Amino acid sequence: MKAFSYERARSPQQAAAVVAANPEARFIAGGTNLIDLMKLQIEAPRHLVDVQDLDLHRIEAKEDGGLRIGALVSNTALATDERIRRDYGAVARAIMAGASGQLRNKATTAGNLLQRTRCPYFYDTAQRCNKRAPGSGCAAIEGFSRGLGVIGTSEHCIATYPGDMAVALRLFETVVETVDAEGAVRMIPLAEFHRLPGTTPERDTVLEQGEFITAVHLGPPPEGRQFYQKVRDRASYAFALVSVAALLRPDGTGRVAFGGVAPRPWRVEEAEELLPQGARAVTDRAFRDARPTAGNAFKLPLATRTLAYVMAQAKG
Amino acid sequence: MAPASSTTSMKVSFRVNGTPRELELDPRVTLLDALREHLHLTGAKKGCDHGQCGACTTIVNGARINACLSLAVMHAGDEITTIEGIGQPDALHPLQAAFIEHDGYQCGYCTPGQICSALAMLEEIDRAVPSHVQEDLLQKAGITEAEIRERMSGNICRCGAYANIVAAILEIAEGETA
Repeated sequence: MKAFSYERARSPQQAAAVVAANPEARFIAGGTNLIDLMKLQIEAPRHLVDVQDLDLHRIEAKEDGGLRIGALVSNTALATDERIRRDYGAVARAIMAGASGQLRNKATTAGNLLQRTRCPYFYDTAQRCNKRAPGSGCAAIEGFSRGLGVIGTSEHCIATYPGDMAVALRLFETVVETVDAEGAVRMIPLAEFHRLPGTTPERDTVLEQGEFITAVHLGPPPEGRQFYQKVRDRASYAFALVSVAALLRPDGTGRVAFGGVAPRPWRVEEAEELLPQGARAVTDRAFRDARPTAGNAFKLPLATRTLAYVMAQAKG
Repeated sequence: MAPASSTTSMKVSFRVNGTPRELELDPRVTLLDALREHLHLTGAKKGCDHGQCGACTTIVNGARINACLSLAVMHAGDEITTIEGIGQPDALHPLQAAFIEHDGYQCGYCTPGQICSALAMLEEIDRAVPSHVQEDLLQKAGITEAEIRERMSGNICRCGAYANIVAAILEIAEGETA
């Protein structure tokens, strides 16, 4: 690990001001991803602002019937909250499908959104990677791409957003609340929060340097049954090859988001309109512009089958 | 804690197995290295050092965490329990005795992490923390083999003693609920 200095934040705005003024500073909360990356020197911040003392550990009911989840609510606390288990079951399911018990106890709601890709070429500092070392190239495209993206990727990067929780959050009109160094609050729809790589894959999200996530807002719980189905190489503690978050109504309509396939949770509203026609119609539309590699083309039929499985459960 | 921006070392105080400890550490020192290298509590093990194996599992403020993925300076004021605080050779915790009885290990390297993890895991079930294998999210999970296997997936055993680890955990869990 490279040397760094360390401080505890006193307020969200103060934390934002410190990090905004220093491009080599980072926020740290649970640390489960950042510390790992620091050990590998993929991240090498010169200053850490530890935000754990901030009053962002609560889940509050909103007037519109939704919830405001504090940025520092742990994955375990969020999945255990009775309102989440009852009204947003797909979110609880998605959280429990990810990582391990130890990691979920430390990982936070905001940090989970900000976790970085698990592309093996991003992690291997001997390899070319435009996300880790902009301009160095992408070794993944011609390499071992089995776990990587099939859509939303570019010729510069085919990494996926690795998380589960954010995929389920896409079902609920989720909005990310941030504050900047001047105290200005910004509300960013989750749909727009993660960037597609284009020519600048080093930027995962639309956040500015120093912009600090204070909360994640969920819309009111919608009608319908909720599902989160994850397909992976082992039964537990593995990233998704493909995952499906779905909200399905008795009349056959609903919402669907896919994980493990793209640089962000992949939801295509025009595809959802085809739900009454069956899984194949939905995935044909959702993945119409897919550009898989030979190594990961299997994800396309896998996405269809996973959605078909979820839809069969909804009928059963 | 006062904000500090020294790149050399910082003071941090926490309690380990009930004893107040004060250390002066480089902020890069992980909780695991603070325990092992500075406090000479070598029960928590360094396996992968990347949060993948669970050998370093330690209980902090009642919750199991990977001590390798946490900086010691982030734990000011915390209550930390390691395997040394759970049992000693002449006064084994019932779960340690159950691991011996059921051959829950061969080399033993993962065992301290398995035991810390299992004890905190049983409390998680008690607090209604759900799991991936739970059918009804609104009910408290039962203590079954399937639940234990899922909830213990963050603890790897290179010797493959899983069946015996599950048997040991089931034995003490049944003892507690009986």
